Amino acid sequence: MKKLLVSLAAAVGLAAGSAQAAYPERPITMIVPFAAGGPTDVVARIVGEHMSKTLGQQIVVENVAGAGGTTGIARGAAAAPDGYTIMMGHMGTHGAAPALYPNLKYDPTKDFAPVGLAAGTPILIVTRKDFPAKDLKEFIAYMKANSEKVNEAHAGVGSVSFTTCTLLNSLLGAKPSRVAYRGTGPAINDLVGGQVDYACDQIVNLVPQIQAGTIRALSIATPERSPSLPNVPTTKEGGLPEYEVSAWNAVFAPKGTSPEIVAKLNDALVKALDDENTRKRLLELGGVIPDKAGRSPQALQKLVESEVARWTPVLKAAGATAN
Amino acid sequence: MDIFSNLALGFSTALTLQNLGLAFVGCLIGTLIGVLPGVGPIATITMLLPITFGLDPVGALILLAGIYYGAQYGGSTTAILVNIPGEATAVVTTLDGHQMAKQGRAGIALGIAAIGSFFAGCVATLIIAALAKPLTGLALLFGPAEYFSLMVMGLVFAVVLARGSILKAVAMILVGLLLSMVGTDLETGAERMTFGYAPLADGIDFAVLAMGIFGFAEVLRNLEHPEARDVVKQRIGRLLPSWEDLKQSAAPVLRGTLLGGALGILPGNGAVLGPFASYTLEKKFAKDPSRFGRGAIEGVAGPESANNAGAQTSFIPLLTLGIPPNAVMALMVGAMTIHGIVPGPQVMTKNPTLFWGMIASMWIGNLMLLVINLPLVGMWVRLLKVPYRLMFPAILVFSCIGIYSVNNSPADVIFTAAFAIVGYAFIKFGFEPAPLLLGYVLGKLMEENLRRALIISRGDIMTFAERPVSAGLLLVALALLVVAVLPAVRKSRNEAFAE
Repeated sequence: MKKLLVSLAAAVGLAAGSAQAAYPERPITMIVPFAAGGPTDVVARIVGEHMSKTLGQQIVVENVAGAGGTTGIARGAAAAPDGYTIMMGHMGTHGAAPALYPNLKYDPTKDFAPVGLAAGTPILIVTRKDFPAKDLKEFIAYMKANSEKVNEAHAGVGSVSFTTCTLLNSLLGAKPSRVAYRGTGPAINDLVGGQVDYACDQIVNLVPQIQAGTIRALSIATPERSPSLPNVPTTKEGGLPEYEVSAWNAVFAPKGTSPEIVAKLNDALVKALDDENTRKRLLELGGVIPDKAGRSPQALQKLVESEVARWTPVLKAAGATAN
Repeated sequence: MDIFSNLALGFSTALTLQNLGLAFVGCLIGTLIGVLPGVGPIATITMLLPITFGLDPVGALILLAGIYYGAQYGGSTTAILVNIPGEATAVVTTLDGHQMAKQGRAGIALGIAAIGSFFAGCVATLIIAALAKPLTGLALLFGPAEYFSLMVMGLVFAVVLARGSILKAVAMILVGLLLSMVGTDLETGAERMTFGYAPLADGIDFAVLAMGIFGFAEVLRNLEHPEARDVVKQRIGRLLPSWEDLKQSAAPVLRGTLLGGALGILPGNGAVLGPFASYTLEKKFAKDPSRFGRGAIEGVAGPESANNAGAQTSFIPLLTLGIPPNAVMALMVGAMTIHGIVPGPQVMTKNPTLFWGMIASMWIGNLMLLVINLPLVGMWVRLLKVPYRLMFPAILVFSCIGIYSVNNSPADVIFTAAFAIVGYAFIKFGFEPAPLLLGYVLGKLMEENLRRALIISRGDIMTFAERPVSAGLLLVALALLVVAVLPAVRKSRNEAFAE
């Protein structure tokens, strides 16, 4: 028995030694904390495909959905920090979650080795097509006077559309009735059908409806207009510059992953974001690709800290909790 | 005629050798994986989504659609053979389909399911091609209030589903409603009935509940009386339906197709109601309703057609509005976006080859299903000849793999085992699990839409009566309830006295 243990230990030691020498030597699992096919999953698969080429090993996406993405991230945070388990976190799991989930099993600012920002998707404010307010200025005025008569649709407590509209409402001092749906699809369905009045959501879910004129886009919450919707003015143009949000997605490794491995992963990520084809596919989705300075692990750590600091008071004040 | 030139364009896209091959492969993979107990269409498509990345968009969607139909059909196969519904729409098939299998008529049940599905698929394809655009308006008519009323109507079906005691059926529906409320509350984010246990925060998965209460419980019961599983000893009998069977099924197939097709168009998973509605209808139309639940072929033919028609017409909101009506369609949206096509109202005009190619491939996919499944019927039925001592460990192992793969969650497997014990107790005490499952499926939709409707109306309950569509649905529900419950109450009393 003892002999077996010794040889096992030797084998493990050997494996660890060679892992340091030539990481990666086997496929890497990337946990996506949402169901396959959602915006974060799509970004992970597009970026992961190119990262696999650079690393010489396949990145396998594993979808572990649940509890607003925190189930998958908690599992990733607890994984061995050997570089073979990484995860795609986002604005919710690493920004809003500490306020929404009091029993959160990880600390976004402390329990991870950030790898780098992948891509963000801008947030739009949209209304049903016959809503009285035609632009952001009218919307602000309308909400100040009538917000109690207005219905907002969101994709469930803790979703991107929920958190970003919570911020919008608190900036406007508005108290609309908030109608919860299970996911973006049904929420937009009722917005198109005129059952509810407005919503905030990621651009990728909305562009076709806006182009077809079934819903109206009031404003986009980025510093510049989006090439996918050049006619939609920014929140700055509309007189609400404080409302600037994007649903960012970023790659994280568990805390304790060696800096060499993080550097290798970051290098692969940066190469993916420089690749012509990868960029094209991300831009088609209305995605925003971070500039060179925004792609480093340090920049991501800063972003996480500032996001947690930004969302916590807003969500706490709104009394929002997801458990 | 626009529709013909459009369909011609579609068929010219779908009939290329590559796309034809993809439709075939998709249906085959879908069928094979869908037959794994517990692995329904959602899990199958999620698992196989990555393999489509290398294809062009039309090919990828044709492959995925094929997997979808295949998995849907595969779910019915397990429902008939081993009493495990692959997903909510196959629950009804277990009622008479599995009874038929027990009587040595498994081949006929599988055959009529395939033929009914094919017919329904053909009709649904034509409906989509001709009427997709005008029907879109129907989906938008349905707000939360209408949805709630529709679900109320669905619950009435659940009462009709029951054999024997109405009281027991109502009790099971209520348990189903309660189970559906486990998890994080959608409006407030508060946890309900989770006991602070994290894996319960997202509620109980349908596959977990259905597999435990139906499949595993069935295994337990079979182990108790090994001789009761007489499928093995009985002669297999005819493999394919006879002329008599077909004649008996023709009207149910037609009614099921229309009913399922209409409900499939509605957003928010209206397709779920199709098979239940069809079963209710057939039971009401039948000269001798007591045959239902004891292997009536109409009870397989109608719901299976409704199931497939609904599966197909649920593409309408996706293709014309770009809005996925259920989880499978949401996956399709993901697949389309990965391929750079953002589904929306303009897909039809911007990507006519994709739009019409997909519609044509639906019909081709249905043909493939028939071609693949009729020969397979013999194989599935022979599977039943495998001695049970070899069969049940295999069922359990594959089921556990299936359950685990849905969410990659070990807790789900343990829950399934727990529900197996509950399901076994239900059998022992003479409770029917089907109404429980329907209550569970409808509960979430019903509660959420009730609250949505009331939030929008600022708490005014009259909203359900003031909106014409909603009021109409409630009236139908009331009428159905009266028609269904009155004779049943009388009958169950008689039965009680007879015992």
